[in-house]
Amino acid sequence: MESLTFLMQGFGTALDPMNLAFAAIGVLLGTAVGVLPGIGPALTVALLLPITFKLDPGGSLIMFAGIYYGGMYGGSTTAILLNTPGESASVVTALEGNQMARRGRGGPALATAAIGSFVATLIATMGLAFFAPLLVKVAIQFGPWDYFGLMLIAFVTVSATFGSSPLRGLTSLAIGLWLGLIGIDQLTGQARLAFGVPNLLDGVEVTTLAVGLFAIGEALHVASRHLFNDEKPIAIKGSIWMSRQDWKRSWKPWLRGTAIGFPIGALPAGGAEIPTFLSYTTERKLAEKPEEFGQGAIEGVAGPEAANNASAAGTLVPLLTLGLPTSATAAVMLAGFQQYNLQPGPLLFVQHPALVWGLVASLFIANVMLLVLNLPLVGLWVRLLKIPLPWLYAGILVFACMGTIAANPSVVELMMLVAFGVLGFIMRRYDYPIAPVVVGLILGPMADSALRRSLQMSLGDPMVLLQHPGSAIMIAIAAVALLAPFVFKGLARFRHDED
Amino acid sequence: MTFFRSRLAAAWLIAAGAASFAPAAMAQDLELTIMAPAGAGGGWDSAARALQEVMMATGNARSVQVVNVPGAGGTVGLAQFVQSAEGSPNQLLVGGITMVGAIITNKAPYDLTAVTPLARLTGDPLVVVVPASSPYQTMADLMEGIKGDVERTIWAGGSAGGADHMLSALITQAAGADPAKVNYVAYSGGGEALAAMLGGQVTAGISGYGEWQGQIESGDLRALAISYPEPIEGIEAQPLKAQGIDIELVNWRGIFAGPNISDEDKAKLEQAIAQTVQSPEWQELLKARGWSDYYAPSEEFAAFIASESERVKSILTSIGLAE
Repeated sequence: MESLTFLMQGFGTALDPMNLAFAAIGVLLGTAVGVLPGIGPALTVALLLPITFKLDPGGSLIMFAGIYYGGMYGGSTTAILLNTPGESASVVTALEGNQMARRGRGGPALATAAIGSFVATLIATMGLAFFAPLLVKVAIQFGPWDYFGLMLIAFVTVSATFGSSPLRGLTSLAIGLWLGLIGIDQLTGQARLAFGVPNLLDGVEVTTLAVGLFAIGEALHVASRHLFNDEKPIAIKGSIWMSRQDWKRSWKPWLRGTAIGFPIGALPAGGAEIPTFLSYTTERKLAEKPEEFGQGAIEGVAGPEAANNASAAGTLVPLLTLGLPTSATAAVMLAGFQQYNLQPGPLLFVQHPALVWGLVASLFIANVMLLVLNLPLVGLWVRLLKIPLPWLYAGILVFACMGTIAANPSVVELMMLVAFGVLGFIMRRYDYPIAPVVVGLILGPMADSALRRSLQMSLGDPMVLLQHPGSAIMIAIAAVALLAPFVFKGLARFRHDED
Repeated sequence: MTFFRSRLAAAWLIAAGAASFAPAAMAQDLELTIMAPAGAGGGWDSAARALQEVMMATGNARSVQVVNVPGAGGTVGLAQFVQSAEGSPNQLLVGGITMVGAIITNKAPYDLTAVTPLARLTGDPLVVVVPASSPYQTMADLMEGIKGDVERTIWAGGSAGGADHMLSALITQAAGADPAKVNYVAYSGGGEALAAMLGGQVTAGISGYGEWQGQIESGDLRALAISYPEPIEGIEAQPLKAQGIDIELVNWRGIFAGPNISDEDKAKLEQAIAQTVQSPEWQELLKARGWSDYYAPSEEFAAFIASESERVKSILTSIGLAE
């Protein structure tokens, strides 16, 4: 019950007018970028990082979380009305949602998405408030060996879940790990891979990398493909309110979607895509009228939308308690914590309880704001799609460069930004996932330090990693997760040869 | 908690400053830029912003801007400052003992003799702690342990080559062991090192007193000594010197002007700083932040830097981080 007391104090913090304003800005921005295809919450938070570094840490983290939640709401709007998912997590929503809109039931589709998101976020945020302190109690006992095991799992799962193949994911991760080596080594104070450039001594800034890869890379990518948006959103006809029948068909999928989304989001292998697919298949199997699937079944919107919002809350559990990002947005948010010298992890709850619980409480508030924003105002958001893409991306380019220069006024930094932008473009062009690069840059040095601290404490004996049960189990899981797909593939090929 | 309240504190200070308006007529026309050679949120940044707040509130400067040039223990900012602030009457730089160390370990192109010392401002004590479960009750116990097995005495503290690391080497040396063999596990700061202390994975830890104050007061960590030369009000742990160990190490911060500024400009800046640190607003702020007043005027500060540079260099050489 201790956490309930903390949560109540958190509401005190979150209801501070400044923090309310930050939450409002966050959900507005988040919904807007969720609606716009191609611009996601990860890119938006990355863009805002260099600009917010002088703001109050509590307020800007509240804003980032609002953007994250808002992006999950907004993504459904375009998926339903335009058949263009604003977010990868909304791909499944488009399947049934757009069919509903074509049949004149766009209103109820949007409503079930918004209310389902609200219900899922509410339950999942309560789950966050409940589970995070429990996990913290375990994590506070973690030694460097345990962290090393945890990092290994994160490396494997992040490179496996993002992108089209594990090998592509691992390649992206390797780029990130290499970038992470640059700079003064924390344990010995010696410079590595800096080549005498003083600006490199502190390593590559995560914000510069994230802004370059996400913002500049995306802008170049859009420009290269002449992506002009001439699809017209489907106008909402009839009532936007759900009928009694719609409610009856929606509430169970909302709850099931939440039950699927939250735990998967919280796992180090998380992400929002897998739970939405799982929820969709579950709903199709359980539906009373499975023949309606593909023709606009409301269950197919309600379940996945709940799942993707629940998973967003789920990813905050490992982020806050272990400092482990499991989605692209979480990776960029971790950089947001680090720019205030805050290290997410078990001690965050001990040292900055007001910050953490204020953040959690503001998530509840953001959730209510989002319901209000999305249900009655959905028509306004759709108009955002009329902004010509060249204007939008030109704005993003200017914003990205100005932000980087403001945070770190140096020519070297700007050159790195451009180089990372080109890298991001090439990676998109050849279908390499972006997120593992950022994860590698953040977690690489942490894994490096964790391993070497373990060895320092054991006076150089590598068995220390296997002698502690926690790290031994985690290293085993990582090894299995890395090798299993290759082994299965090999076995399949073997059997194939037998036939 | 401090994050949400700091704004209020700032507003209060500014209000307090406005009430006791304009004590120094002469320096009022100063329009200053203070460079914090570190990112936002760190020690130098907060020192620069504290100075900004109080100088403007007390009317010792008309406007003060803070710019952050982070990098390599402050040496990136120092190099930029040396080049841009030559002879400038309105550019200031914040620096401290970490910069002295970084200049040596990074073989930086400029050292602190290139800039003009104006005043030493604050000095924070470092604290030596052991986990509550440790068998060591006193500093003497710890020294005995170091003498017994220097490699199995595992230290945790801030970045390699920083003040925490230096103090661990000095203590090891005083215990009669080889400082080059210190098993020092570096963390990005006291916050991160705390996890290793609470988990009982290390023997002893060193950090700024303020960073571990909460855990020391709650009894999770046992403070054995502070590195300040004299006892400090409100801190139970006694100085190393009072315990018969002849070591003092203070995490000091000071303020500098550019190279080759005119005597007239220097006097004007010195006076503005002196009036600022003597104001009740500055004393109030030191108390709020948990900083110790360590003010020294420019001549004394210049001599201090020269001796401190020599000392830091010899400590870093003993650890093996400098030749």
